[in-house]
Amino acid sequence: MTSTAHSTSAYIKVFYVLLVLTIVEVAIVYLGLPRMLLVALLVIFAVWKASLVAMHFMHLKFEKRTLAVVALTPFVLCVFLILMLMPDIFPH
Amino acid sequence: MSEAAVMHAVVEPQESPLTPENWGKLGMWLFLAGDAMSFGCLIVGYGILRHASSSWPVPKDVLGINLTAFMTFLLIVSSVWMVLALAAIQENNKPKFNKFLGLVILGGLMFLGCQAYEWTHLLTHRLPEAGISFSNNLFATTFFILTGFHGMHVSGGVIYNSCVLAAVNRGRYEAKHVEIAGLYWHFVDLVWILIFTFVYLI
Repeated sequence: MTSTAHSTSAYIKVFYVLLVLTIVEVAIVYLGLPRMLLVALLVIFAVWKASLVAMHFMHLKFEKRTLAVVALTPFVLCVFLILMLMPDIFPH
Repeated sequence: MSEAAVMHAVVEPQESPLTPENWGKLGMWLFLAGDAMSFGCLIVGYGILRHASSSWPVPKDVLGINLTAFMTFLLIVSSVWMVLALAAIQENNKPKFNKFLGLVILGGLMFLGCQAYEWTHLLTHRLPEAGISFSNNLFATTFFILTGFHGMHVSGGVIYNSCVLAAVNRGRYEAKHVEIAGLYWHFVDLVWILIFTFVYLI
């Protein structure tokens, strides 16, 4: 099995990164940054954390590339969904 | 005709094309891709409604984020326990596996307990105090649908993991089945990371 190659200490390292990112996220919400900057930072942190979970805990990093394409499909479809709904958000 | 059938049986792939060692893993990945689309639609729908609304409460002020930050921590820790449970069963260490998968189930139950407390507190105190009626307000509706849909996934995960724990101890499941259950559990963690950011923090 591919996952046995991945040692336990590497998982603990990923856990600490996730923990620190979560603390930073909560901290910057309390900081009172400008709205656009806050949203941009939070989205970057969320995507960063989500991809850490997918790559390491779900072993996507060690699977075939095509499986990553399967996993990314819903995100591509969601981007299309947003684009298709654009006329409703900005009617003029 | 029968010759063709035999030929066909020969060319049929014996192993899963994307996850060669495990067909079930491919099945779980395909399910998760579909499930991600469900969550994606709900999150996009929430974003559109919020963007189109003339007024939207600041989620941090109405919902509070300290308890939810702890809930995020719970799910991340239980994800790590799941990884350790898989490592234990791959080394054939059953007592260690039982301990860690037991902790994963406990973490899931604690998450559900926190969510039940949070919902009750919101419905009886915070929402009325903020002047929000949960039955005809988009902020409350999108919140309860998103967190409720996720909470159902956690409940499903707790039941799933309990079944896996029982099946491994009865000798019916092995490491590859635990790995598939792990994929589901990590996905639930991943979705919560996104919900925590989009619904509570932003």
